[in-house]
Amino acid sequence: MDFTLKIWRQQNAAAKGRFETHKVAGISPDCSFLEMLDILNQQLIDKFEKPVCFDHDCREGICGACSLYINGRPHGPDSAVTACQLHMRKFKDGDTIVVEPWRARPFPVIKDLVVDRSGFDKIMAAGGYISVNTGGVPDANTIPVPRAHAETAMDAAACIGCGACVAACKNASAMLFVAAKVSQFAMLPQGKVETRERVLKMVAKMDELGFGNCTNTGACEAECPKQISISHIARLNREYLSAKIL
Amino acid sequence: MTKLNARIPEGPMAEKWNNYKAGQKLVNPANKRKLDIIVVGTGLAGASAAASLGELGFNVKAFCYQDSPRRAHSIAAQGGINAAKNYPNDGDSVYRLYYDTIKGGDYRSREANVYRLAEVSGNIIDQCVAQGVPFARDYGGLLDNRSFGGAQVSRTFYARGQTGQQLLLGAYSAMMRQVNAGTVKLYPRTEMLDIVLVEGKARGIITRNLVTGNIERHFGHAVVIATGGYGRAFYLSTKAMGSNGSAAWQAYKRGALFANPSFVQIHPTCIPVHGDYQSKLTLMSESLRNDGRIWVPRKKEDAEALRNGRVKPKDIANEDRDYYLERRYPAFGNLVPRDVASRAAKERCDAGYGVGSGLAVYLDFEESIGRLGKKVIEERYGNLFQMYEKIVDENPYETPMMIYPAIHYCMGGLWVDYELMTTIPGLFSIGECNFSDHGANRLGASALMQGLADGYFILPYTIQNYLAAEIMTPRMPVDGREFLETEGQIRERLNRLMQIKGKQSVDRMHRKFGLLLWEMVGMARNSEGLNKAIKEFSSLREEFWTDIRITGGIDEMNPELEKASRVADFIETGELMARDALQREESCGGHFREEFQTPEGEASRNDNDFMFVAAWEYTGTGKEPVLHREPLNYENIKVQTRNYKI
Amino acid sequence: MSNILTSSIGKKILMSLAGLFLIIFLLVHLGINLSLIFTGSRETFNKAAHFMGTNVIIKVMEVVLFGGFLLHMFYGVLLQLQNWLARPKRYRIENYSQTSFFSKFMIHTAVIIGIFLVMHLFDFYLKAKFFGDVPLVIYDGKEYHDLGILVVEKFKLGGYAVFYIICLLIMSFHLLHGFQSAFQSLGLEHKTYTPLIKAIGIIYSVLVTAGFILIPVYVYFWM
Repeated sequence: MDFTLKIWRQQNAAAKGRFETHKVAGISPDCSFLEMLDILNQQLIDKFEKPVCFDHDCREGICGACSLYINGRPHGPDSAVTACQLHMRKFKDGDTIVVEPWRARPFPVIKDLVVDRSGFDKIMAAGGYISVNTGGVPDANTIPVPRAHAETAMDAAACIGCGACVAACKNASAMLFVAAKVSQFAMLPQGKVETRERVLKMVAKMDELGFGNCTNTGACEAECPKQISISHIARLNREYLSAKIL
Repeated sequence: MTKLNARIPEGPMAEKWNNYKAGQKLVNPANKRKLDIIVVGTGLAGASAAASLGELGFNVKAFCYQDSPRRAHSIAAQGGINAAKNYPNDGDSVYRLYYDTIKGGDYRSREANVYRLAEVSGNIIDQCVAQGVPFARDYGGLLDNRSFGGAQVSRTFYARGQTGQQLLLGAYSAMMRQVNAGTVKLYPRTEMLDIVLVEGKARGIITRNLVTGNIERHFGHAVVIATGGYGRAFYLSTKAMGSNGSAAWQAYKRGALFANPSFVQIHPTCIPVHGDYQSKLTLMSESLRNDGRIWVPRKKEDAEALRNGRVKPKDIANEDRDYYLERRYPAFGNLVPRDVASRAAKERCDAGYGVGSGLAVYLDFEESIGRLGKKVIEERYGNLFQMYEKIVDENPYETPMMIYPAIHYCMGGLWVDYELMTTIPGLFSIGECNFSDHGANRLGASALMQGLADGYFILPYTIQNYLAAEIMTPRMPVDGREFLETEGQIRERLNRLMQIKGKQSVDRMHRKFGLLLWEMVGMARNSEGLNKAIKEFSSLREEFWTDIRITGGIDEMNPELEKASRVADFIETGELMARDALQREESCGGHFREEFQTPEGEASRNDNDFMFVAAWEYTGTGKEPVLHREPLNYENIKVQTRNYKI
Repeated sequence: MSNILTSSIGKKILMSLAGLFLIIFLLVHLGINLSLIFTGSRETFNKAAHFMGTNVIIKVMEVVLFGGFLLHMFYGVLLQLQNWLARPKRYRIENYSQTSFFSKFMIHTAVIIGIFLVMHLFDFYLKAKFFGDVPLVIYDGKEYHDLGILVVEKFKLGGYAVFYIICLLIMSFHLLHGFQSAFQSLGLEHKTYTPLIKAIGIIYSVLVTAGFILIPVYVYFWM
């Protein structure tokens, strides 16, 4: 298969970027999107040019490093996958593919398609944990957790922190990311204890970093590679409201 | 061999760890904050260690090459984590977990370390539950267990098919809490390039900021390496693209001994290679073998017809299928340990019975779907089936999966003593990066256990025994002679790499090397191939340093430079792997020497001559390393031949 | 720590409370309007309008209502500005996720509704209240403003009726997302009840809009 790629290139955070057009030919439909970029990079290196920088690591859809906005969709035109699990068979031969970095004020571009998502770590540091030290915890089976609650917690915990929710949201809101963590812990008795502090601190940090406000468009849910539901955002809102008025 | 002193505490096996803790030196709280600890790597071992050390009050600096510590490759572990909780009342105990681990490791692991691992395994589960890890639960709300990798008891805790992810996020959360508390400082997108030794002790590291290219110096009273395995030396593996063995390799070059480098694990259930552009192999959880049956055609002509696509797998009648694991190992069948399953698949494919590209076998769920119904199979493996379909574009509910073994885990690693300290004082190694617990073969669901055991419950104790003597050592300025010298060497190395401006890209050369390594130091090895490998890798190293092409600059984000530096180390590691495989004239666990097998083709271990840990000492690039032997004594277990037939 | 008046979620909560209040107000408004065409004369309508303009409780509610409007508008604009700032560099290809269509245009529909509201207030409310150039009518010996005739005259102008109907359709788009969105913002989500709320939201939006549209259509063609 042959493709025309329009790729965002930007030397560093301060530089002004631009789109660059490249062609790749003879790509196997079984090739993953990132492998297709590897092939492009090989071409560039052969021409003594700088390869395109993009974040990637596990290439099996779990580390959350990939952050490509492909033809108007985070992680491209397949549902419930990250860009590394997207295969070229999802495109048509001869397609023009536009590849952009995540765009959000709190995710500044570092180089080419690489963005700085350390804002997520800062939100986590603000309260995305249960305050227990190593050791001195009760036996794991001391507190039973209703299976349905554990399952809902696991649904939320599946978040890989890729930032597709922010990238997809027209407001660049990080609500789904924050909601996933708050919701996971709110569903478990172990986490319930400090829900109030957690939700207030995480939301305050999220706001401080300049993420947008949620307007319930649902784009995050539609693009989340782990299909995390916006019902977790409702739970976050609920926890926030009860933290404020109760 | 005075170099190796494992410093195993006295006393009966079950009391060693308690005795150790009772007698060890501790650091008082006021002194803890005066002590800096560098932790390199933020996977299960690194993150849990950084969190625990931070909680104790030490001043921790945590480094990772990823943009966030949460992306460390522990996250990709699927199946589960073992613990001797005996919740199902099926006869599990600390002793049995220890026994299974030693046996599974083919009697090449250190007994005292393994016993301690089994002892603390239960604490890990308690800790993770308290952190909010959403383990699977039964309808009564208590934790669910499953049997994994052929264990006779159900001791594996799991969180769907994402156990590694959930455990890592738990450890990451705990670490981020300490970041907030100010005891841990994070250095993401920062790669360790060398260790700084001052008067023979590890005192710091040199790093490269992967965003700016800046070379930086960091001081620590102790350095902990938790950077995982070197499996990506093979190019194609289930490791992450950035996983590398460079931190451990630099430690080796600075004097730490490297143990059992040839012990790498080849996982039997990976999605087969499908093209030469391929960058990585995807693991399908071992749990699939609980319900899937592995087969190839009984007749070569059928295999050929399947390869050509002339017939479909379901066209092959049951009597024409060779369920070779069930045939060869009636007692364990499809649940034999990983090394055995992998070799059996290779044997069939080498004999011409492979399907797909010729290097694949079927993992078939037809029978279990018939027996249990599609719904049950979907509940158990739905996400795995979906993942398979996304990658291969075939529906595994209707046509059998194709699988083939792939490099997955490194049992070998930096040699450490009972305290997890390498032969360099003050340099510790934890998790997959060290060698101690899995011998020649790791059991399923044990890697997560070991990483967290080291990080939460072992290192935070043992490191204090070392640091207690360091409380009078003030923080060193990083412009001391040793720091500047080491930095100079790193700068020189990077500049040299940049200036080669040869013809071959890093990936091309890595792929070439990886294939050679797979052929000669892979699933089956022989002295001829290994000798050839040592020669070829040595000339490949020369070729690398004269013909590599790195575009871009040194003072900017440059993934090609990062990869080049890692591949340079991989080639040297490959050479050591081959040497280690060559000296070990036996077959054990993941190490299979064709010369040493039984008439039925099973591994033939040589306990009289090779029941030792092979620890290698660096003597210079291109020079033959020196082998040190740590004899292994099993006091509490009868050494037997592993038998999965009856 | 987070402040409810300034935090992202806090602002949304206030927005949705105000929104729900306005949704209730719309029902009252519709009820009065419909009396114009269903009672056969303007009497009920004019009396109701009079009641709305003079009753003490309603006067208090009027202030609350204006407050609700202002709050909803103020936070709506504030949120939107912040949201635009959160993505200073836009995508070359905008996201086209399979999501609620109307949710993407809330600010646009809001601005049109805002303009309509100003005109609407000017045409009816301010005229009646301050300018006084409304004809008088006498029921049971008491004088009332004949606001009804004002409405009828306006709707007899075809252009005005069309404009009014278009504005109402735009309002329905706003409501189609806004109704269920308010519940989501307040955290009122449940796997059984949320589909119900969404259904009610759609029924509400369609019926209320249809009810309002019925009046100009009736007036234009049959009065």
